[in-house]
Amino acid sequence: MGLFTELKDSISRVTDRLFSEQEPKRIGIYGPPNAGKTTLANRIARDWTGDAIGAESHIPHETRRARRKENVDIERNGKTVTIDIVDTPGVTTKVDYEEFTDELDEEDAIRRSREATEGVAEAMHWLREDVDGVIYVLDSAEDPITQVNTMLIGIIESRDLPVLIFANKTDLEDSSVKRIEDAFPQHTTVPLSAKEGDNMDEVYDKIAEFFG
Amino acid sequence: MPKATNTDDSEPSDGVQIDLISGERMDGMATMEKIRMILDGVHDGNIVILEEGLTPDEESRLIEVTMAEISPDEFNGIEIETYPKSEARDSSLLGRIMGSDKVETKLTVIGPANQIETLHKDETLISALVSRN
Repeated sequence: MGLFTELKDSISRVTDRLFSEQEPKRIGIYGPPNAGKTTLANRIARDWTGDAIGAESHIPHETRRARRKENVDIERNGKTVTIDIVDTPGVTTKVDYEEFTDELDEEDAIRRSREATEGVAEAMHWLREDVDGVIYVLDSAEDPITQVNTMLIGIIESRDLPVLIFANKTDLEDSSVKRIEDAFPQHTTVPLSAKEGDNMDEVYDKIAEFFG
Repeated sequence: MPKATNTDDSEPSDGVQIDLISGERMDGMATMEKIRMILDGVHDGNIVILEEGLTPDEESRLIEVTMAEISPDEFNGIEIETYPKSEARDSSLLGRIMGSDKVETKLTVIGPANQIETLHKDETLISALVSRN
């Protein structure tokens, strides 16, 4: 009887997976370097899985490989939304190793810049091929009208991917969420501080609404 | 198709070469041909101005190829500027009714990252400082 029950449960689990669940959507966290993408990815991963995704740093290009955290279950209003989070390297059109020589020796700075260029290329590849939705993270204390932001939002729109704009670092004195809303009025902007954990309830509501 | 190069045989002057590339010249070129043309010009220290810009997919590939070509002390990448897309133009009623999938063209300026610096940019004006390296 035990064996029969076990077999029945096993079949039930398989059919549930086949017919009730869809593959978790892969949500890419994109944005320019130092916008707080990994801080956000870590905040989401820690809140719902207990683990972090990657190291955070004030030096640009700390994240030089796309990293995926699978099966992050976000519970909202009695429903569970399962997503894979893909934390991507910050996108830029230029990398100068001398940017890093204040904090690193020359050899490490050159290695970091080389890895950073590979990371940017990898992030672009993921965007073209492998993500189902995008969280676009901006530092709300910085001017959002930059070429990288304009191009990336254009690329995301051209692929018809659902996108949420996160105005991060609202804890900073120079933060202006309105500047971001005005720059990208066609998209929903959510203010937050990933570092301080401010406004995360709305963040999760919107993730569930857009990507669920 | 001829490459955009100095048209006289004299040594390059102290100036900065600007290649203004018409939409007609870009028509019919494959994505990688466009990217190669742009990056070859930029590697030579030229400023490349595209009358009709690139599609989002081409922009994404341009970033990817640029990253592969960055080399310490030789090439730091590109500076690229286009006008930000305005909401009004984005939601063109006529375009929607006609179901036009033609990508909106936009003047695009591309140059070596260490020679071109954007001074100001808004929806109708790009102001850049170009220097001879």
